Amino acid sequence: MDLFEYQGKQFFAKFDMPVSPGEVAFTVDEAVAAAERLGAPVMVKAQVHTGGRGKAGGVKFAASVDDVRTHAGNILGLDINGHIVKRLWIEKASDISEEYYVSFTLDRSAKKHLGMLSAEGGVEIETVAAENPDAISKIHVDPAEGLSPEQARAWVDGANLNPAAVEEAVDVVQKLYQAYTVGDADLVEINPLILTPDNRVHVLDAKVTLDANSVFRHEEYAEFDETQPRDEREEAAHQRGLQYVGLEGSVGVIANGAGLAMSTVDVVNQVGGKPANFLDIGGGANADVMAGALEVINNDPGVQSIFINIFGGITRGEEVANGIIGALERVDIDAPIVIRLDGTNADEGREILRPHLNDKLMMEPTMLDAARRAVSLAQG
Amino acid sequence: MSIFVDNNTKVIYQGLTGSQGRYYGLLNRDYGTQVVGGTHPTKAGTDVDGIPVFANCKEAVEATGATASCIFIPAPGVASAIMDAAEGGIEFIVCITEGVPAHDEARFFNVLQRDFPNVRLLGPNCPGIISPGHCNIGITAGHIAKAGGPVGIVSRSGTLTYQALYELQQKDIGVTTCVGIGGDPVPGTSFIDCLAAFEADPETKAVMMIGEIGGSAEEEAAEFIKDHMTKPVSSYVAGVTAPAGKKMGHAGAIVSGGKGTAEAKMEALGDAGVKVGLNPTEAGELMAEIVAGL
Repeated sequence: MDLFEYQGKQFFAKFDMPVSPGEVAFTVDEAVAAAERLGAPVMVKAQVHTGGRGKAGGVKFAASVDDVRTHAGNILGLDINGHIVKRLWIEKASDISEEYYVSFTLDRSAKKHLGMLSAEGGVEIETVAAENPDAISKIHVDPAEGLSPEQARAWVDGANLNPAAVEEAVDVVQKLYQAYTVGDADLVEINPLILTPDNRVHVLDAKVTLDANSVFRHEEYAEFDETQPRDEREEAAHQRGLQYVGLEGSVGVIANGAGLAMSTVDVVNQVGGKPANFLDIGGGANADVMAGALEVINNDPGVQSIFINIFGGITRGEEVANGIIGALERVDIDAPIVIRLDGTNADEGREILRPHLNDKLMMEPTMLDAARRAVSLAQG
Repeated sequence: MSIFVDNNTKVIYQGLTGSQGRYYGLLNRDYGTQVVGGTHPTKAGTDVDGIPVFANCKEAVEATGATASCIFIPAPGVASAIMDAAEGGIEFIVCITEGVPAHDEARFFNVLQRDFPNVRLLGPNCPGIISPGHCNIGITAGHIAKAGGPVGIVSRSGTLTYQALYELQQKDIGVTTCVGIGGDPVPGTSFIDCLAAFEADPETKAVMMIGEIGGSAEEEAAEFIKDHMTKPVSSYVAGVTAPAGKKMGHAGAIVSGGKGTAEAKMEALGDAGVKVGLNPTEAGELMAEIVAGL
């Protein structure tokens, strides 16, 4: 789950990290009212789940409340990399002497947490990594041991920050590690972490991705789930508990298991088609799940044909076949369907399907055959 | 021969009394696996279809001599279940459960390495391991696998593991062991662990490896194959056409910033001499060619 900047800052504040006071605004009037309460000067910042806000004109300094009215009016509704700005974060402006970068994420190769700290903040860390890799101080933290104060200090020393920043930076990075681990984050990133003219270290931006698997111990994360960017199709799938990713093509894809679903998307592409989606219905394939999946696909106006690719493991072919037929009785499907059913008791399953076959419901023996048929149907 | 398990492997099912644990525990027993016990903190002394239930793994191991366990406990309890198994003397822990938080995985992986270096964890979020005809621990349907050899399978994806087994069965090719390592960010057992074990196993003559987009496990496996493997390998990497930045179901399967793409993985594997198919069927056909040439 990706957090908006302001959600990330509120998340950091719970771990006692230094963030600026601010308020969320959905309208120009709310933005102005927030600025009046906070007192100018303030920053007016677009809240979107994408980078490059500054370049797109989504972050503006407002010296006065009048400026806030102008900037908020310009930024609300702005399209930033395909994300329309619907909410703003109005924050007390900070004076900046220096900009740093700091983050924690999992290094999957090392199976340890990786901390990165650089005196060259404010720009993309990928750029720093490519042009001046020595400017990034790295630390591997053993998840079984945690980050000790001594390790934190040595890591900060290695980054050659302004000496005036070191004490507070050592404190902030330890709190950031707490937020990362206790908060079950996949990524915590501050860019920039700033040093102010009065030598305070302060969090000026927040990029936080939380682990959706940890929600059972963080009930408060439900509010973040609601603000995830999903298109209409993805929202419909999410409500049905289906793993769905919207794509741009014309062949609707339903498969059981993430690997097989990915593989189905691959095969559709390989035979010259364009998948409309990735949809994993999980291990089983009963009528309820299949009906939900077909409803989601059916509501996608781009879909010209549907490819159902099921491999029966523990779930037997006849159960899968009955699930498909049961679902078709409940959902009126517009596009022609091509089924590939294989695995456990596939023959029995195919026998059940056979009497129902017509020019809207077809069956093919292999994944490749079914993909070719679905693609040719989609291309009319 | 097989890797990690054999006919004599005695297995404790942690969560045997739950619906999933009971269902697969009994299926595994029907297959021939030595399912010798289950655990539940408050149901010790009861049984599940004749399989005794113990309070914890330590008591189960003392009573049965089990060396392996299979975890069907819901995600919140997985970290403590794994520690219960390791502290109880289990040497091979198979964790089927999906949805385990990544920080838990990172922590127990490193705790096991530090305090129980001889314990092997498989998973979480994996289908388990099957040595056809000998032992089946987990959720793989036993009858889609042909017993014998000469092929070993290692896979990051559940249904593609079944697909791989099935492709080989259709071609009348036997499997020594099929290991599903799972698609999570910190898998207890890696491709390399399995490749090394297959290389050392005299009955395994060739290996089929099913990868996925995301991370760098396939690239690391390719390095290992190039430097350490004499046995031929065929492979398929799912997600060849996945768009960047989209999470495809598995926590592990995400492409970001041009890293972890299927192209990069297939190129690395190809450079290591692996026969790379563009879909599971093609990988199966490539394996059939390899087997025919053995």
